[in-house]
Amino acid sequence: MKEIVVISGKGGTGKTSIISAFASLAKNKVLCDADVDAADLHLIMAPTVKERHDFDSGHTAKIDPDKCTLCGQCRDLCRWDAISEDFVVDEMDCEGCGVCYYFCPEKAIAFPINTCGEWYISDTRFGPMAHARLGIAEENSGKLVSLIRREGMKLAEEKNLDLLLTDGPPGVGCPVIASLGGASAVLIVAEPTVSGKHDMERVSELAAFFKVPAMLCVNKFDINPRMGEDIEAFAKEKNIKVLGRVPFDPAFTHAMVQGKTIVEFDEQGEGSLAVKAIWEDLSKSFEN
Amino acid sequence: MIISIASGKGGTGKTTVATNLAVSLDFEVQLLDCDVEEPNAHLFIQPRMEETLTITTPVPEVDMEKCSLCGKCGEICQFRAIVVIGETVLPFVEMCHSCGGCMQVCPEKAITETTRELGRIERGHRNGLEFVHGKLRVGEAMSPPLIKSVRQYTRSDVLTIIDAPPGTSCPVIASMKGADFVLLVTEPTPFGLHDLKLAIGAVRILGIPCGLVINRSDMGYDRVTAYARAENIPVLMEIPFDRRIAEAYSRGDMVVDVLPEWKEKFINLYQDIEQIAGEKRSVS
Repeated sequence: MKEIVVISGKGGTGKTSIISAFASLAKNKVLCDADVDAADLHLIMAPTVKERHDFDSGHTAKIDPDKCTLCGQCRDLCRWDAISEDFVVDEMDCEGCGVCYYFCPEKAIAFPINTCGEWYISDTRFGPMAHARLGIAEENSGKLVSLIRREGMKLAEEKNLDLLLTDGPPGVGCPVIASLGGASAVLIVAEPTVSGKHDMERVSELAAFFKVPAMLCVNKFDINPRMGEDIEAFAKEKNIKVLGRVPFDPAFTHAMVQGKTIVEFDEQGEGSLAVKAIWEDLSKSFEN
Repeated sequence: MIISIASGKGGTGKTTVATNLAVSLDFEVQLLDCDVEEPNAHLFIQPRMEETLTITTPVPEVDMEKCSLCGKCGEICQFRAIVVIGETVLPFVEMCHSCGGCMQVCPEKAITETTRELGRIERGHRNGLEFVHGKLRVGEAMSPPLIKSVRQYTRSDVLTIIDAPPGTSCPVIASMKGADFVLLVTEPTPFGLHDLKLAIGAVRILGIPCGLVINRSDMGYDRVTAYARAENIPVLMEIPFDRRIAEAYSRGDMVVDVLPEWKEKFINLYQDIEQIAGEKRSVS
């Protein structure tokens, strides 16, 4: 079983468009949307949900005003200033550490588990898919990312499929870290801009930190070819395999508007052909 | 006043709007880049950095001489960051959320606190503009505490512009909470619209007035405008796709330097925000 995770550092470089194209091209795979914060892959995959589950994770403190004697111990112990002067917990500031709940001398604090999202097992025209929706303003996205990858893996085993294609989140923090661990390789989709280069360098450092092999493709290459070459040179220096270049092609947006992958929308277009070449290279690299 | 610039979807142009707005105004402004996972505003502002600070968070350290292996620390920890294994106690400091619970609960007073580096804060200026950003240490998972540290530089006597991270979860909330106005930068695509709805959900939970900037506005997908109208969210600026803007951005150039006519548009954008935020203030 192989898992390829598409990440980028910077947001909006084209992760989802490129993994959607791979969905059109790859055989025997499961799709996994690990960008649970702002999941978009389903907009192209149009999944039919087969299973729906609550995602329960983390706790929030709640003070019972009838039992509270206003002793103030909880406020002294809380490191997030999440408890107001009149002893109401701000749910958004509460870290869910349980310290107030543990130490309250009146046992006036409840500590219920949160339902902070949903996750799904679905069918798509490209095969099975595991995906999720983190509730707005919720925490524990890293845990949901780990869960959804695990479920994707299970799904692949059940159906005897040997590849997991995972759409990762932007950034380098908690959800990205959760999306990397144990992956066969990450594909970094970069864009040839100063920001794209800066962020690609950081996310490739992250992949190296967790010892996950990285590969690179530069999207919208012709927006700034010199910057694109700089990024490729950096990658080569760091032993990151450069898979290819994708041109700026408005067909990506047009495909998205129609809910199609670029391969479905414009099979012989330059964007499509570029992604196909990258996919061929990528699939060869994990055959052995 | 604090204006937080957010988006839901990444790569819609938050940093472009935040930096160009910051340099277009002719009064005192500070720009806080709270996208600490991937901070980019400095690449455009190019501030002269004057100060660098390492930001840390407390994590436990166990004195095994005093420890009686009672296991209470592992019991209270919600994050599995400290466990008793056999004859020893192992703190997993990378998992620690710094609540101090283990230290509080330890009957032997065997736990003290050391630190874990979250990242760095750099502060500097470009002409009159004060610039502060955080850079999360690569490998560090928790960005909200670093974002909060960046926001401690907020001055009440000047306009504060915050460049927020993408998404809608805790780092975004940490970058929007307490702002007077959230400016959402979106693009007219299905992904842009989908993530915009999530971002607006977050803004509404926080009860902050908001408005939109539609970037690459002429892509021919008009549902974002229709959505904004239906939801009564003002569209304060539209930036059509212009390859000159895309190329300037790719080099790290500011839009207002390459296309000076945009300066006035950013000034107008600020005036619109000021008016909406002011009306909201006088109501509440």
